[in-house]
Amino acid sequence: MAEQGNYYVPEQSKLPLLAALGMGTMGFGAATWVIDGQSATVFVVGLAILAIVMYKWWSVVIEENMRGMVSDQLKHSYVLGMLWFIFSEVMFFAAFFGALFYVRVLVNPWIGGEAAITLFDDTPTDASVANSELLYPGYESTWPPLITPDQAANGESAKFVGPDQAMSFPGFSNWQRILAWLPLWNTIILLTSSYTVNIAHHALKEGNRKIFTRWLGITVFLGGVFLVLQAEEYIEAYQHMGLTLDSGIYGTTFFLLTGFHGAHVTLGTIMLLVSFLRGLKGHFKNDDHFGFEAAAWYWHFVDVVWVGLFLVVYVFD
Amino acid sequence: MAHGPSENFFTRWFFSTNHKDIGTLYLWFSFAMFLLGGAFAMIIRAELFQPGMQLIKPEFFNQMTTMHGLVMVFGAIMPAFVGLANWLIPMMIGAPDMALPRMNNLSFWILPFAFTILVATLFMEGGGPNFGWTFYAPLSTTYAPDTVNYFIFGVHLMGASSIMGSINIIATVMNMRAPGMTYMKMPLFVWTWLITAFLLVAVMPVLAGAVTMMLMDINFGTSFFDAAGGGDPVLFQHVFWFFGHPEVYIIILPAFGVVSQIIPTFSRKPLFGYSSMVYATAAIAFLSFIVWAHHMFTVGMPIAGELYFMYATMLIAVPTGVKVFNWITTMYKGALTFETPMLFCIAFVILFTFGGFTGMMLSIAAADTQYHDTYFVVAHFHYVMVAGAVFSGTAAIYYWLPKWCGRMYDETMGKVQFWLAFIAFNITFMPQHFLGLAGMPRRYSDYGLQFADWNMVSSIGAFMYGGAQLLFLFNVIRTIGWGKPVEDPKVWEGADGLEWTLPTPPPFHTFSTPPVVK
Repeated sequence: MAEQGNYYVPEQSKLPLLAALGMGTMGFGAATWVIDGQSATVFVVGLAILAIVMYKWWSVVIEENMRGMVSDQLKHSYVLGMLWFIFSEVMFFAAFFGALFYVRVLVNPWIGGEAAITLFDDTPTDASVANSELLYPGYESTWPPLITPDQAANGESAKFVGPDQAMSFPGFSNWQRILAWLPLWNTIILLTSSYTVNIAHHALKEGNRKIFTRWLGITVFLGGVFLVLQAEEYIEAYQHMGLTLDSGIYGTTFFLLTGFHGAHVTLGTIMLLVSFLRGLKGHFKNDDHFGFEAAAWYWHFVDVVWVGLFLVVYVFD
Repeated sequence: MAHGPSENFFTRWFFSTNHKDIGTLYLWFSFAMFLLGGAFAMIIRAELFQPGMQLIKPEFFNQMTTMHGLVMVFGAIMPAFVGLANWLIPMMIGAPDMALPRMNNLSFWILPFAFTILVATLFMEGGGPNFGWTFYAPLSTTYAPDTVNYFIFGVHLMGASSIMGSINIIATVMNMRAPGMTYMKMPLFVWTWLITAFLLVAVMPVLAGAVTMMLMDINFGTSFFDAAGGGDPVLFQHVFWFFGHPEVYIIILPAFGVVSQIIPTFSRKPLFGYSSMVYATAAIAFLSFIVWAHHMFTVGMPIAGELYFMYATMLIAVPTGVKVFNWITTMYKGALTFETPMLFCIAFVILFTFGGFTGMMLSIAAADTQYHDTYFVVAHFHYVMVAGAVFSGTAAIYYWLPKWCGRMYDETMGKVQFWLAFIAFNITFMPQHFLGLAGMPRRYSDYGLQFADWNMVSSIGAFMYGGAQLLFLFNVIRTIGWGKPVEDPKVWEGADGLEWTLPTPPPFHTFSTPPVVK
């Protein structure tokens, strides 16, 4: 490690090359895996390499920081890195939210025979009539679509069969059904966890380790509960509601949006768990704990995405 | 250690945390990919030399057009500018290195793995990707070979590399500037890269989303791009071009930066309208997010969509016009000399503007119905990609290479290469405008007899252009190994900026203590 005058430049490292090796192996292995549908060996080997490298890499960074080798300038670089990484994650979700919006607002009515929106009039055009009468006759545009265009046109022989019911808000009329509605509980859990992680953060800043550990532990626990409930929701969808990846665009957007969100909750939970363990080891200082802070930011981001999902995917359909 | 380059070859080049060495790796990698993508182009032009099937099968022709585009965009042009950014940004803003040097090396080393996976598909059962570099569904989903899955994960890897590289550049520019180096004092190359990096962080995840949707549709039964399930193949085009349009500015903005550095040097005048250049760059970046569907005028959009995207697209001509005006005004009444980098930059201004005008033609929705998917489009984007990005990249190498290695290139050979490239480029691509307007569609391995003459001319130009690149390679190697030593820190009489205050060649670690910028 070298301090260059006022500047800091780390020495040569094997880790980046090994990380790239792990990622390349994972990418190659993942493709092989989905093509032949059986052997995940190469993928798992790549994942293992990457996991080991990541553990090692962060160990090095933590050690550098504990030894006081990390300048304020470099710390700020880490902060910027995390912020822009979260921005890239926002844009990843934007792609899927955008797809949902496009399909719901434009494509679904078009397949159902509605005219394309125009500035000047909305009388059906030849194209929109052709859509409804020739392409998928009998398809009625609704959201959530319980009958796919394929089913409307081809009946029993359809490849895409819509779900028996959707994951929608059950309405205010029946309180028992609302209480049994998992997404509501998941919303409460995730919002609470954003609050608990905030309590932990404030406690850490004030030097109250006990409260920090306790509330961070509660946050990790809530993250775990969220994931269990989501798994429960998926099982219910597959076993009782006929809602699967194959059930047309509703299942597609539902599982991809909530699934990627769930993957990010998993990642966030792991990050918070690592922070929890590091807290127990006494890694954090009152004024120097960006490892935890970054995890907390990520957690808030995951929370915000969930609120968007809850409104767009579950409530307003 | 880290006080000088490691003696051990492997340690130095594989475990590097040095922005110059990593920049060099990027540049050599990109040139290797440039030659590979160029070889694919030579195969395409050889097949199109005469009508009828000459050398290869149509299936392989499709793989060649696809791989040529992918390799050139993601393997050659983008890494070339990242290499320049690595070399130049720390030197230009007075930093010792990039903000996150280890992640910098990771960003680079992902690329060889990603491209090995991508190129390996050519040798697999079913062949490589054959659906065009824009990989429209359902060609890339329902009708694609199994190897499309390798392509998908290859793209994921490239995306990870780009995002990490861009975050690094943003952190460097925002956090590592020397005292006094305010934003509005930064060289324009740094500005254009800051904005480019922002675009990359914003849209590479969208590309990841697009290929993920493909992956799900192909393997897991979803129906994003299948109308039978309630999705829409056109959705793919929307998601792709939401990435793809900013992507073309990702390619061209650093080129603008390079040209804005070089033209003032050889005009011996400061850049005209610095702040308007910065604002124009930001305006172009903003507009790039709201014009994507001008690539899709013929998919059957509502008339309101056609009109909106047409007018929004035309707006881009305003900030671009500001830039062209500023470059020309910088040269106006300057003490001009015409060294090789300047020649490439002047050619850039002329040919890029020409490509911009054909872009204006294409932006007219009604007219585009005729031009869409013809060789006119191919000619248009090669005028901005080749005469834009590649010419400016070549200019950058001629301009900064003497600084980097302390040796001067051969000026005569450089000028010969310029004129060869300039003439060959126009012989290759000018006739493609005529072919397109006459109705020749792109991406076909065969064509009607009426297109024979101009295709032969275009192919001859392409082979000449390929030859010019070998001359360039030779000149670069000769310079590094045997060029005439340069001692002057400034190298060029009119050069201005922090990188020219360093010794030639610059020390391994650029600034050990921050310089103060007044």
